[in-house]
Amino acid sequence: MTQMHVTRRTRLSTVALILMVPILIALITAPWWAGRSELRLMGEIALYMSLATLWNLLAGYAGLVSVGQQAYVGLGGYLFFALTMLAGIDPYAALPLAMLAGAVVAAPVAVLIFRLRGAYFAIGTWVMAEVFRLTFAQVSSLGGGSGTSLATDIVRSMADGRSAREAMAWWLALGAAVLVIGAVVLFLRSRQGVALTAIRDNELAARSLGIDIWRTKFIVYVVVGALTTLIGCLIFLQKLRISPDAAFSVNDWTAFVIFIVVIGGIGTIEGPIIGTLVFFALRETMADLGTLYLIALGLVAIVVMLKAPRGLWGFFRDRYNLEIFPLSRRVNGLTSKGA
Amino acid sequence: MDWANAVIQGVLLGGLYALFAAGLSLIFGVMRLVNIAHGDLIVLSAYLALTVTTALGLSPLLALIIVVPGMGLIGYTLQRAILNRTMGEDLLPPLLVTFGLSVIIQNALLMGYTADPQNLQAGAIEVASVEIGAIALGVMPLIVFGTAVVVIAGLQWMFYHTALGRAFRATSDRQDIAQLMGLNRAHIFGLAMGLSLAVTALAGVFLGIRTSFDPAAGSARLIFGFEAVIIGGLGNLWGTLAGGVILGVAQTVGAKINPGYQILAGHIVFLLILAVRPRGLFPRIDG
Amino acid sequence: MPDPVLTIDKLNAHYGDFQALYDVSMTVEPGEVVAVIGANGAGKTTLLRSISGLLSNSANEIRWRGTPIGALRADQVAQQGIALVPEGRLLFPSLSVEENLIIGGQAKRKGPWTLERVYALFPVLKERRNQASTSLSGGQQQMVAIGRALMSNPDLVLMDEISLGLAPVIIRQIYEALPGIVGEGLTAVIVEQDISKALSVSSRVYCLQEGRVSLTGQSNTVSRDEISRAYFGI
Repeated sequence: MTQMHVTRRTRLSTVALILMVPILIALITAPWWAGRSELRLMGEIALYMSLATLWNLLAGYAGLVSVGQQAYVGLGGYLFFALTMLAGIDPYAALPLAMLAGAVVAAPVAVLIFRLRGAYFAIGTWVMAEVFRLTFAQVSSLGGGSGTSLATDIVRSMADGRSAREAMAWWLALGAAVLVIGAVVLFLRSRQGVALTAIRDNELAARSLGIDIWRTKFIVYVVVGALTTLIGCLIFLQKLRISPDAAFSVNDWTAFVIFIVVIGGIGTIEGPIIGTLVFFALRETMADLGTLYLIALGLVAIVVMLKAPRGLWGFFRDRYNLEIFPLSRRVNGLTSKGA
Repeated sequence: MDWANAVIQGVLLGGLYALFAAGLSLIFGVMRLVNIAHGDLIVLSAYLALTVTTALGLSPLLALIIVVPGMGLIGYTLQRAILNRTMGEDLLPPLLVTFGLSVIIQNALLMGYTADPQNLQAGAIEVASVEIGAIALGVMPLIVFGTAVVVIAGLQWMFYHTALGRAFRATSDRQDIAQLMGLNRAHIFGLAMGLSLAVTALAGVFLGIRTSFDPAAGSARLIFGFEAVIIGGLGNLWGTLAGGVILGVAQTVGAKINPGYQILAGHIVFLLILAVRPRGLFPRIDG
Repeated sequence: MPDPVLTIDKLNAHYGDFQALYDVSMTVEPGEVVAVIGANGAGKTTLLRSISGLLSNSANEIRWRGTPIGALRADQVAQQGIALVPEGRLLFPSLSVEENLIIGGQAKRKGPWTLERVYALFPVLKERRNQASTSLSGGQQQMVAIGRALMSNPDLVLMDEISLGLAPVIIRQIYEALPGIVGEGLTAVIVEQDISKALSVSSRVYCLQEGRVSLTGQSNTVSRDEISRAYFGI
């Protein structure tokens, strides 16, 4: 009898794992080989990749289709500014504090908006984001409706000199992306993650297996809220300026993110990563077209949704049976039997 | 008296919100579709009316004769050409496709009309008012409110007393069995969206007469309409009118407290109602 | 022998990866009542769903008066004069009894069936015409489902398990009404678990077993043994 064993590894995932080490080293040393504008762009890519990965966990795995994640991006930005400028907290301590605050805010929000189902849940999240925007617009110590800039002494306190600061901003963005993607992969491999996949595939069956669906979704929503808040801190640390309209922009922090995930492949880990790279490649080559570019982006997302609902990655994966991040279990050693 | 005035203006404003909401409520009732581009379609109607008024020199109210059927046609075509392909068990495709449409409409309007705020000039009727005691009621807000009542009564009658309404209800109940009755689902859905956007056209023109608008003005209108639907209770058209009125009053009273609180007060009342009565104030019994 | 009105030629039907029918062939002549029997999961309902257009097939597998209808949508098949009384009745809950009947006549085909005629056939429905269809008993709901199909004045009516879940006295009542329904040149295909009921109203019978036709014959001549062999495959 042949030896059977269950594994998640594929040859591609092993190759990818080995390749990841030099790639990570190259990325960490980027401040020494990349120019200032490239470094900035790479930072932006890392942050968008994180947002896309988080939204994908929410919508693609937990079925919580939110169009209001800008609530947490903006919350993160404002918390970072408030904690450092108003409370005088060290910027590096402000990051985990803001993340914690994001979780504390997300919990009651979840209790309230989980009362809405499906598409109405989506618009409910948008209302929440609007409430956040209008509330922060009332805070005059943070510039009210017109916003404020990050005080220079706080920026200075983070590192000596401009290039050191830019390197630090990049490392923070890279670290956040690694943290987010790593956390999502580990989460999906955990018991909770398996439960989540079970819910997505069949809510009724999952419930009959004793999975507490509400609790699982609640945990996902809160964790995603906390991590999105952290990403929000870093986005506005990079921008150095915040205003309610920029912080809670549905286009910047939700529409683009959704397009990235849909184009890349929703419900896969690889999708948001590939989608982000495609999104930035398009943006860097077509940004001159301005609004036409945004129309094209919307059209591409619609066409992908209608013609290849599993995105670019889903298309390639189905065709070549690929998997970079080892998530699904495979049984090796089974003699194939004509099904 | 100021407070009474704020409440009355809020009630009238609620008529406009009910018009925002009626189209959403209709398509949700017939095909469980939530159209994220709804607000942008309201704004699109306002721009269509702007083009018609400037091209033909008509009053915006007369432009309705062109804009209402025009939007109805757009709705039918949109549903048949695109949205019908997204209908099914999975709610992600319609949501994402209408989200994409929203971005496309916004940016197309930006290209066509620039970001400058516009408004529709209806002439003397805009400032006309009738005095009742110490309270002045604008003629335009009264017309809008009256239209909302008529539209909702009309939709209600259509739903329960016409063959089309019967077909809508049957399709909403069981799509495949309705198909067995010789009803083409794709056509029925197209008609529902056409009707929804015809109502949206009214809402857009009234919006444009009331305030200035720009290509990005749609998302707030989607949210107001959505809040009115949820406050009133899903699937209840008269509830939608009540929801619009509650939202309108919350906003005008909020604005009376502090002009910066207008929109926020509406959202907070919505969230409070959601917390206390998650199915809205007047849910349909069988829903 | 007259030309068949309905010809099914090597019909294969699938639900996703699962194949429910294998090369099923069948003919129905004008005015005859054909019974389809078989165990649960044999493919009887799938056969009726395929004919009525709820399941899509390749065009030539099903022909109606010589015209291929296999690829038509359900509403197009209905316009051709084929009506289905679905398993489980499936009335429209937000429509009243009368509205359920009226919507059956949506296609506005000409013929003998009117609201009054359905009420004459099932007088109890007239008393309850304005009630919600959900408030009726199972037997009354079945009467509405049959009436709804008749209101389209079909040339062919497909009936799926019309006795399922009903009390014997109700079943007898409905079956007693059947001859009055099929009397005027209406053709019918009846799917039924109750073999003796099926044989008593039909002229010919088809038995399905695991998606294949296992027996065809005249209803009044097939023997019990033949049927149980075809039914259970033993």
